[in-house]
Amino acid sequence: MKNREVKLMQGNEACVEGALAAGMTFYAGYPITPSTEIAEHCAQKLPLIGGKFIQMEDEIAGMAATIGGSLAGLKSMTATSGPGFSLKQENIGYAALAEVPCVIVDVQRAGPSTGLPTAPSQGDIMQAKWGTHGDHPVIALAPTSVKETYDLTIKCFNLAEKYRTPVFLMLDEIVGHMREKIEIPTPDEIEVFDRVRPEAGDENYQAYKVEEGQLVPPMAAFGEGFHFHVTGLMHDDFGFPSNDSEIADKLLRRIMNKISNNVDDIVMYEEEFMEDAEMVVLAYGGTYRSARSAVKQAREQGLKVGLFKAITIWPFPEKRVRELTSKAKSILVPELNLGQYVLEVERVVSDDTQVISLGKINGEAITPNEILAKIREVL
Amino acid sequence: MNKQHEIRLSGSGGQGLILGGIILAEAALIDGNNAIQSQSYGPEARGGASKAEVIISTEEIDYPKVDKADLLLALTEVAYVKYIKSLKEGGILIVDENVNVEGINPSYRVVQIPIINTATEKIGKSMVANIIALGAIQELSNVVTKEALEKAVLKRVPRGTEELNKAALQAGYELVSK
Repeated sequence: MKNREVKLMQGNEACVEGALAAGMTFYAGYPITPSTEIAEHCAQKLPLIGGKFIQMEDEIAGMAATIGGSLAGLKSMTATSGPGFSLKQENIGYAALAEVPCVIVDVQRAGPSTGLPTAPSQGDIMQAKWGTHGDHPVIALAPTSVKETYDLTIKCFNLAEKYRTPVFLMLDEIVGHMREKIEIPTPDEIEVFDRVRPEAGDENYQAYKVEEGQLVPPMAAFGEGFHFHVTGLMHDDFGFPSNDSEIADKLLRRIMNKISNNVDDIVMYEEEFMEDAEMVVLAYGGTYRSARSAVKQAREQGLKVGLFKAITIWPFPEKRVRELTSKAKSILVPELNLGQYVLEVERVVSDDTQVISLGKINGEAITPNEILAKIREVL
Repeated sequence: MNKQHEIRLSGSGGQGLILGGIILAEAALIDGNNAIQSQSYGPEARGGASKAEVIISTEEIDYPKVDKADLLLALTEVAYVKYIKSLKEGGILIVDENVNVEGINPSYRVVQIPIINTATEKIGKSMVANIIALGAIQELSNVVTKEALEKAVLKRVPRGTEELNKAALQAGYELVSK
C-alpha cells in the first residue's frame, strides 16, 4: 500500500503541484483571474526549491521570459486566461518554430475580450489550435478534475520536453477554482521525461540538426558552453536565419511531422457506457462532469448513451471518434462556447451521423439537466 | 448520512464564508466522505453578496456546482434575499437574527439564531461568525462529525487562535441545541 497524501486541493493549486513534480523550476507570468492562484502558489513554492518566480510587466513578457527560462535549461511554465492567452500568441509561435519546450496554462473564462472575469468558459479551444499565425504543431490537454489537473500538468511537461514544443493545459474556471479530494502520488509513481541534451563538449553541435533515429534535435542550455543561435525566422541546422525555400520547407515539415507522426503517443481519451451506445456524448474539461452526471441518469432511464472524454484536445482524437460513430447514430457535444470543438467532430464523422451542438455562453456551467434534456430530445 | 448533501453558505464578502466552505469540505474528507467546494464571486473583494458551496457525498461527485441547496446559511439580508430562492423545497435555512424572513416559504425549516451577535458579544471577535455558523450547521444536519469538524477548524485557523475557535464552534452547537 502506497503512502499517498490525501487532501482537499484547488485545481489551480494541483496544477502547480503537478508542475513541481514534473521538475518545473521557472515560472514567469502576469496574474489574471481565474488563473491567479497558479502564480501565487508558484511564488510561494519555487523559492523553497531554489527555483525562480518572476512577475513580468505584462502577458507578452511573461511568455517571452518563459521561453527564455527554458532556453537556459529550466522546465518553465506560465499561466493565463483568455485575454492573456491572446496576447501570448505571437511568442507561442516563436516557441513552436524555435522548438522551445514550455507549458502554457489557460484557465478559460468567458470572453471575448475581458468578458466575465470570474465565470467559466471553453471559448479558447480554437484559439489554442489556431491562435498563432502560420502552420504550427499544437498539443493541448484538458483536465476534468483536481487529480487530473495534477496528472496532466506532469504530462504537459513530459510532452513538451519529449517533442520540444509548447504544450497547453486548457483548464477552465470550473476545474481551476473547485476544491476536491486528491491523493498525491508518491514520487516513485510519477514518470518524468527530461529533454535530450547534447553530449558535453560536443564540438560539432548543431542546435537544429536531427540525426538518424532522433525525434528532435538535442537541446543545449545557454550558459553551458554551447554556441548556438535561436530565432523566430526559418533557420538552418545551426539555428541561423535562412530564406532558402528548401530549408524552410524541410524545417516546418519536420516540426509538423514530429507531432502528426506520433498522434497515438499523444492522444488520450476515456470511454464509459459505450458497448451498446446509440448516442455518444463527447465532452472535455469542466463540462465533462455535467455530461457524466447526465449520461448516468440517462442510463438509469434505459437510454443507450455512451460517454467519451477527450483528454487530449489537440491533436483531435479523430481516429477513435470516427470509429465510435460507425456504431452510434448521433453524437452530442456540450461545450461552453457556441460550437467550437463540435466542428472537429463534424469534420471526421460520416454524413449519416447526426452531430448535435449544445453551447452555452452566459458564464454559467452547463447543467446535467440541460444535457439530459438534449439526450431525451434526440433518442 | 444520506447520499448527497448540498450546502450554500452566503453572506457578505470578507465574512470568511469561503474558508468556512473549505473547512466543512475538509471535515467531510476526514470523515472518509467525498466533498467538493466551489464558489462564485464578483470582482469585488469585500462587501456585496458572497457565497461558498459545498457538496458532501458518500459517493463520487460528478457535477460540482450546487443548484438547489439542501441547506442555506444566510448571514446578511442581502444574501438572504439573493439566495433564498435557491433553497430546495423543505430545505433548512440557518439565518442570522437580524435578517427579516417575513413571508418565507412555509415548507422551509427556519433556524433563526444570533450568529453575528454571539461572535461580537459572547466570543468578542466578529471574525469567528463563520466558525459559529459551522457549529450550527453541524448540530443541525450532521453532515460531518463533531470530531472531524474540530480537527478541520484547528488545521485552518491561525496559530494562537485555537481556543477562541473552539469556543466559537461550541457556541455554534449551543445556539441550535438550546
